[in-house]
Amino acid sequence: MFWNKEMETLRGKDLEELQLKRLKWTISQAEKVPFFKNKLRAEGLSADSIHTPDDVRKLPFTYKTDLREGYPFGFFAVPRRDIVRIHTTSGTTGKPTVVGYTRNDLAAWADLIARNLTMVGLTPEDTFQNAVNYGLFTGGLGFHYGAELMGMMVIPSATGNTKRQIEMINDFGVTSIHCTPGYALHITEVVEQMGTSLPTLRIGVFGAEAWSETMRQELESRLSINAYDSYGMSEMFGPGVAFECPEQNGLHIWEDCFLSEIIDPKTGETLGPGEKGELVITSLSKEAMPLLRYRTGDITMILEDDCPCGRGRRIARIMGRSDDMLVIRGINVFPSQIEHVLLGIPEVGDQYMVYVDRKNHLDEMTIDVEMNRQAFSGELDGLVGLQTMISRKLHDALSLRTTVRLVEPGSLPRFEGKAKRVVDRRGDL
Amino acid sequence: MQGEYIIKQISIFSENKPGRLAAIAEALEKSNVNIYAFSIAEANSFGVVRALVDKPDDARSVLEKLGFAVQFTDVIAVRMKDQPGGLHEVAQILGDAGINIEYAYAYSGREAAVLILRVSQAGEAISKIQAAGGSLLRESDLG
Repeated sequence: MFWNKEMETLRGKDLEELQLKRLKWTISQAEKVPFFKNKLRAEGLSADSIHTPDDVRKLPFTYKTDLREGYPFGFFAVPRRDIVRIHTTSGTTGKPTVVGYTRNDLAAWADLIARNLTMVGLTPEDTFQNAVNYGLFTGGLGFHYGAELMGMMVIPSATGNTKRQIEMINDFGVTSIHCTPGYALHITEVVEQMGTSLPTLRIGVFGAEAWSETMRQELESRLSINAYDSYGMSEMFGPGVAFECPEQNGLHIWEDCFLSEIIDPKTGETLGPGEKGELVITSLSKEAMPLLRYRTGDITMILEDDCPCGRGRRIARIMGRSDDMLVIRGINVFPSQIEHVLLGIPEVGDQYMVYVDRKNHLDEMTIDVEMNRQAFSGELDGLVGLQTMISRKLHDALSLRTTVRLVEPGSLPRFEGKAKRVVDRRGDL
Repeated sequence: MQGEYIIKQISIFSENKPGRLAAIAEALEKSNVNIYAFSIAEANSFGVVRALVDKPDDARSVLEKLGFAVQFTDVIAVRMKDQPGGLHEVAQILGDAGINIEYAYAYSGREAAVLILRVSQAGEAISKIQAAGGSLLRESDLG
């Protein structure tokens, strides 16, 4: 089933022509942003330098850290009055990255979500429970409006209260759910503990964090559903950039909206199909916030063969990160954000370690931080208060509950060269 | 003089994991510091080891050299009879004197049992305890 068959199956010369036209438009749009204007001018580049979609390689990369410099609205290419919504995502330090949308952007995004949901076999007959955070996180409103556009009955259940979520699925005859894979597994366990089942549920779309094939099998067999992988990032609208089709063999990346490349993250050199590297995306239709060769940090590859479903380019499921970003319960966390918070607390030193574990299928983050010798009052109360204060400040910065452990001064490992402050102990499941 | 009854307790920040107490005790042994009394207060992943020792300054410097976070804390020590009812008698005095205890621990010394108290206003507590008939120890009386 197709939502937008023409765009979903556009191939060959027709696709190249559209991509070329849109890439040139995107460059002129990006020139309205001082950051891009200066960068392009410095390299003597403009829309006229582009003759084929592959010429995108001439353009400079854009990094997550560049977006930080533009906080809050420095990357908007349209007047503020044309922005109708913003979302935010984790920045690399103290401030989040703000992304903006024009009315057309929101329509384009909803169209992509509608394509994805239709592709996995959902129709207006279906009931869709959107069990993700509805705030500044793009997953909530993004899926919500796409599912409404498609015509499904949408339940904006958001997160939390798992028993109530299960009750709604059964009372409302929910056929499809969107959440993080970790939360889906948690729901599965609670369903089993309650001695109940979810007979109406048939399709799960899971995203915002990487998940394995083992986890897919687990979810599919225990919930009797088909589970599909959803990929995206706020910088490129949000979820919906690439999505699995019923073949469950790679994610179709929508080529009319995103020009994708795989590069060697160290050298920046372009890699061919079947070669593993970092995904780099240039937006082709974004008005409010066009991005040129955006370094996603996600490691994947372009799959070589054609998909029987008739749609275009596929990328493999995400295999990891080229940087140190962590995804904890669907929330992106950069160790530099943690460092930024700790540096602002004089009672602790600048040495820390981050441990990530999975307990009951949910991610837990523990941060060991060295007590500052001068700040020790000799009393236990002060230490407990300090620990609580650090947890609160981290929560404010990361939107994530963490466990903070004060450790003795000098007890954490010192690194010569590249510090390895993050220990991810989560297994596959 | 109330000041002579204020005793220097050594407080050491320690992670709650095997071997930490041994490390502290070994350091004190090597620098020939004798421990009269000690206790451990624990919260989640860490705690504070509190000790009364014969050479607090030596103890502090050797522990700091090992990297420990160390502080001196003012406490007072009340003499108790080392027999049934000894604690009751002193506790009654503290209660009558309206002393609010933050924490306490005790040891049996050569001459008497001793109750160590951490109170918020040490000077005021000393006068009240004395007025209520309690007997306090000086640092030189410990052991």
